[in-house]
Amino acid sequence: MSPDTTAGASPVNQDVSLQVPAQAHPETHPGLSPDGGPSVTLSIWRGDPEGGAFVEYQMPAIEGEVVLDVVHRVQAGPAPDLACRWNCKAGKCGSCSAEINGKPGLMCMTRMNQLPQGEPVVVAPLRTFPVIRDLVTDVSFNYTMARQLPPFAPGPAGPDGIYRMMQIDVERGQEFRKCIECFMCQDVCHVIRDHEENKTFYAGPRMFIRYMELESHPLDMNDRRELIRRRTGLSLCNITKCCTEVCPEGIHITDNAIIPLKERVVDASYDPVAWLGRKILRRTKRSAAEAAADAPAFSSPTREDR
Amino acid sequence: MPDHETHDFDVVIIGAGGAGLRAAIETKERGLRTALVCKSLLGKAHTVMAEGGAAAAMGNVWPDDNWQVHFRDTMRGGKLLSNWRMAQLHAQESPERIYELERWGALFDRTSDGRILQRDFGGHRYARLAHVGDRTGLEMIRTLQQQAVALGVEVFMECKVLRLLKDADGRASTAVGYWRPSGDFVTFNAKAFVIATGGIGKSWLFTTNSWECTGDGDAIAAWAGADMLDMEFVQFHPTCMVWPMTARGILVTEGVRGDGGALRNAEGRRFMFDYIPPMFASETAATEEEADRWYDDHTNNRRPPDLLPRDEVARSINSEVKAGRGSPHGGVFLDIATRRSPEYIRRRLPSMYHQFKELAGLDITTDPMEVAPFQHYMMGGIWVEADTGATTVPGLFAAGEAAAGMHGANRLGGNSLSDLLVFGRRAGMAASDFAGGRLGTPTVEEAEVDQICKAALEPFGRDSGESPYNVHRDLQETMQQLVGLIRSETELVQALDALDKLDERMEKVSVTGTPAYNPGWNLATDLPAMLTVSRLVTRAAIERRESRGGQTRDDYPKPDPELGKVNLIQRLRPDGTYELEQVPLPPMPAELAALLEEEPK
Repeated sequence: MSPDTTAGASPVNQDVSLQVPAQAHPETHPGLSPDGGPSVTLSIWRGDPEGGAFVEYQMPAIEGEVVLDVVHRVQAGPAPDLACRWNCKAGKCGSCSAEINGKPGLMCMTRMNQLPQGEPVVVAPLRTFPVIRDLVTDVSFNYTMARQLPPFAPGPAGPDGIYRMMQIDVERGQEFRKCIECFMCQDVCHVIRDHEENKTFYAGPRMFIRYMELESHPLDMNDRRELIRRRTGLSLCNITKCCTEVCPEGIHITDNAIIPLKERVVDASYDPVAWLGRKILRRTKRSAAEAAADAPAFSSPTREDR
Repeated sequence: MPDHETHDFDVVIIGAGGAGLRAAIETKERGLRTALVCKSLLGKAHTVMAEGGAAAAMGNVWPDDNWQVHFRDTMRGGKLLSNWRMAQLHAQESPERIYELERWGALFDRTSDGRILQRDFGGHRYARLAHVGDRTGLEMIRTLQQQAVALGVEVFMECKVLRLLKDADGRASTAVGYWRPSGDFVTFNAKAFVIATGGIGKSWLFTTNSWECTGDGDAIAAWAGADMLDMEFVQFHPTCMVWPMTARGILVTEGVRGDGGALRNAEGRRFMFDYIPPMFASETAATEEEADRWYDDHTNNRRPPDLLPRDEVARSINSEVKAGRGSPHGGVFLDIATRRSPEYIRRRLPSMYHQFKELAGLDITTDPMEVAPFQHYMMGGIWVEADTGATTVPGLFAAGEAAAGMHGANRLGGNSLSDLLVFGRRAGMAASDFAGGRLGTPTVEEAEVDQICKAALEPFGRDSGESPYNVHRDLQETMQQLVGLIRSETELVQALDALDKLDERMEKVSVTGTPAYNPGWNLATDLPAMLTVSRLVTRAAIERRESRGGQTRDDYPKPDPELGKVNLIQRLRPDGTYELEQVPLPPMPAELAALLEEEPK
């Protein structure tokens, strides 16, 4: 490729085929752009499934910018084929997740002036997912896990045909429905970050909050607890709270979803009083088997099936 | 000749925002083989950005509300140019569509007796917007996405459609596109298509829209010969962020004003009281005291002028800035800090609090926001039959922002989200019926497919052309400066000349790298649609020599009663140019017309 270098920017290292870490070009001066004004430098991972390397782009600094703004200027200037995802640019769609200086973040909500000044900002793709190109990864794992979820199944409405729910009851689920599916919680979860083999059955924090959302939904009739125990790998989570720390929506993933979910699953399976109660009392929820039959893609292999 | 994969379906839906998802759910539930094709990942479409809520006359907060009042508000908000039948269907069916979302798992905010809570918005007589804080769009798209997944709709993510081809009988038959991750071409043969591609905002420099909103669906339909309606009516949302420059254009929900926020100029004056138009004088508060009482008592007080329809508020803000009474960064102040408690603001407007805190370093519970009008929504678009969403091309349907008619000259806030549901479902129903009645396998000339693929790849073969980003940037500046909120014949004609030159430059853009996930190339393939749509907008804006709704003409500052009786239709001629004609509004039944005359209580 031959980057267009006419747009007032200087690609410090243009060769994406390099397999060694990028170094600052000796003739450029950190902190100053070619026209002598203040500058910023992004060190962006460029490559594909075959491999890649960090490439530095030095751009004039502009007040108030977020990382995504600079990435866009790199695209409009030295690297028009730099691949990245983005949509809303307002922290609402969760498309532009990346590892910024080693930490997952939304590029659209990470301000340049809040990062260490005078040194390159390192932007890499989410490591847990396979690279497609540059900053774009294959996140289909998350969509596969979503298809395996037995969907919402409401009970009957009130006599006037309308459901009634109290604000305090919907607020539990609303916290989880703030999720913008940036998949950064999945990215940092070491159960899959460091263990590719777990991806065949481990649903991950994003899906745990979804299961908990349905568990706490005032209207839902599906009992998914047995399925969660057997098929989502929930027990592998050892509550290190990495997911909670990176959530851009501030969802208390561990405290409000994973831990309560673990407790419910344990209660359902091992609490003799609860077991007896279910035998004696009228069943109000649909069983695990009935719930599983609702999920269109509950056929993929699980650990117990193998 | 580029290879391509081929898929056969009954119905192919292009676009996976609210309208596309709702249409897909409908066709899938009716048992049709359904494909949903979208440019981004599923769940990232621009519906996700909608904040305030979905308007539906459920009457949960104000029992006096009903579909007739909603119909009246919509028609008047649209300056009486809306298709009356669409406005009627929308007002009648919105409540059921909202309750349906609840049956699919949506968790709306609640009233004290456990029903769906509704909030105030501009132009609506009653609090009517079902919402979830200020992230209603996210709730809607997630609910629809989860329902579509549960039904097993096949989704083709990150796949861009370039053109729609017709068979020998003129029926829509094949969509040609490419996978963004690989750059490989793909065709979809189907018996019916639904276009639900949303907005056109990326032709402007400052817009609330995302990169996806390049008017693909509008252009695909226009190129296929569909009638295009009222393209001059572009909505500029009155309250968008103005500072920092890089955040310019990010939406600030109308819910801020619905929940008590007030617009002020640099002198601190609530200037909207100076701009109440005669059409809305009888339903707008005359004093600040009355306006403030209204929030608690809608029956005995009139609405604050801050909640006039968006076109009125946008023009007023523009006038204040021009008169030198603007804020430091070229907007006006939106103040909720002095009017509501910090707890209330954070509970009702969490995204706004977060957005200003993160992007501008501003705490909206203590300081006023700076806002100004920027491009937000397209009222015009593909002409559709009101009940079915059928376009003038057999087998082609449209819904949502890409379709036109529902909102007339100006859309009321909140009406878009319910529009998506009502007409997404109706387009899905009609597309199902059409597909069910269509015999044989849709076929097109393979040579046409090849030509489209080859043309799309041409930018790779040019060595010395300029970057598509340069052409895009100049298009955005042209539209921003010459086809903005306030227009004039001189500037519009200038814009047409500029668009001609941009057309020539577009033909010569070159891109580097390979087609695999290449944003530069993707942009090069978006440019034809953006230029076509920009030209349709500009042409219609020249032709409508009056000021009405989203069309404000410096040289024709008043509405023209004669032009108030017509819509503008544009359609492709065989020579590649577009004819433009005035068509009379469809006649409205007397009982509906009577609703418009009725004065508020």
